[in-house]
Amino acid sequence: MASKLSVSPPLRSRVWTWLGLAPFFLFAIALLILPSMSLFIGSFQDSAGAFTLNNLRNLIQPNILDAYWLSIRVSAVTALGGGVLGFLIAYAITLGYAPRWVRSILTTFSGVASNFAGVPLAFAFVSTLGRTGFVTVLLDGLGLDLYRSGFNLYSFAGLSLTYMYFQFPLMVLMMIPALEGLKREWREAADNLGATDTQYWRLIGLPILLPSILGAMILLFGNAFGAYATALALTGGRINLVTILIGAQIRGDVLHDPNLGYALAFGMVIIMALSIALYSWLQRRAERWLR
Amino acid sequence: MSSIRRVSFWSWLWLLLGALYFLLPLYGTFDFSLRATRGTLSLTAYTNALTDPEFLRTFTFSLRMAVITIVASILLIVPTAYWVHLRLPHLRPLIEFITLLPFVIPAIVLVFGVIKLYSRPVAVAGIDVVPPLTNSVLGTNVLLVGGYVVLALPYMYRAVDTGLRSMDVRTLTEAAQSLGANWLTILVRVILPNLRTALLSGALLTFATVIGELTLATFLARPAFGPYLALLGNHKTYEPSALAIISFGITWAAMGVIQAISRGNTGQFAAGR
Repeated sequence: MASKLSVSPPLRSRVWTWLGLAPFFLFAIALLILPSMSLFIGSFQDSAGAFTLNNLRNLIQPNILDAYWLSIRVSAVTALGGGVLGFLIAYAITLGYAPRWVRSILTTFSGVASNFAGVPLAFAFVSTLGRTGFVTVLLDGLGLDLYRSGFNLYSFAGLSLTYMYFQFPLMVLMMIPALEGLKREWREAADNLGATDTQYWRLIGLPILLPSILGAMILLFGNAFGAYATALALTGGRINLVTILIGAQIRGDVLHDPNLGYALAFGMVIIMALSIALYSWLQRRAERWLR
Repeated sequence: MSSIRRVSFWSWLWLLLGALYFLLPLYGTFDFSLRATRGTLSLTAYTNALTDPEFLRTFTFSLRMAVITIVASILLIVPTAYWVHLRLPHLRPLIEFITLLPFVIPAIVLVFGVIKLYSRPVAVAGIDVVPPLTNSVLGTNVLLVGGYVVLALPYMYRAVDTGLRSMDVRTLTEAAQSLGANWLTILVRVILPNLRTALLSGALLTFATVIGELTLATFLARPAFGPYLALLGNHKTYEPSALAIISFGITWAAMGVIQAISRGNTGQFAAGR
């Protein structure tokens, strides 16, 4: 059975083989593909069920465009910020020759923090940077009134800060294997040829790492774009993100048109799909150097 | 000239910054949770939170859902991954694509689609194949568990796949078959025991995800821990932070065990935003 003969296996055995995957495919169809298709079809229908492109046209209204733009901005800012911070920390752990205990603690913590999202995270930040939060009170004692100088946890800045809590650990976890993939031979060869630190990074290190870094940041972008629980728990739904808008639409007809809601969700899936596609492509480019 | 291989000032700076970012919110929350009684530090918030009957009810509900999700995921993914490894390796890209779909379809969109689709009977060629699942508690619970399995799919599949790669699936199968084992015996007595580590990692990650999950539970109106936590945040001041610390403790315990048993397997994605 293990050897590849030039005769293809009998039909019965082939059917049996494919049947083994049936449960998985059925599950994927029932709980991933069909719900998404349902939304997809709904975005092209009007309330009577007839085909229309109106929903897509109606997406171009200020409220909705603002939501998309805000979501994109929050996701981009936290992807960039989390990406840079995460990269620097991963660098410090791997090539910065941090002691072993630092590395294992930070790796565990990154694993925990990247999962510590949603409602508990929102509570944690309210307890820290809210109006009576730990850090707010601390800074007040030092003479700096945080809220009077314009900061507000329940705003773009506060949300981004909160998102970063699970973004940058994720970056750390993704960057550690990538940084370890930089073979020492390359560094030694560069040193042998007289390259400085800057030259090594500019001509060898960063070009090789760039697909991994960009791919990881794009994943962070998608991660933030799809986030709902954290934003809801922190702002009570007052901040106009795409996910919050979809949530409001599920609860009640805030868009005055359920099909518009489907188009909204569909638009979101498009953006996520593009992100994941870009990420996969960049991952494959990055893996070229691992051989 | 190459630089000396010591830990530079900058490395320590970034590490310090990272550590601060991690620890400050946690410490702040912990400090906040101890201040329920005016004037002194006490565990009042914790006792209040843990003795609330709603807490027990929702936490045990989420616990039950987590266990069912883990079992369902294992039953679904282990045979599938095994079969792909053994018989259909050329289908692996397709399966991996499917396991990436939960990232493309975030929880809020998934629950939207699930509600839209399953609030009416699902008909195939005019015959009602599936009754409106959202109309019954059992049906909704089925949808909830299904949604959780979808959320856990990427991690579970990756854990099982990694586990299968580290063992010689083909040889083990052939050896078992030559001793007269049928497929069920092979799966249960040969493959599953060798996947213990992978399954434990996946199970703990799934557990951590399901316990605090908010989106699916809220919109499917199930009495889970996530919505309870959110509701608490609207009414109480100190108890939410106590529960946040407890949540964090649970997540840390789960991750700690995963780290310990999987010898530093990094690159885990996250879920449940």
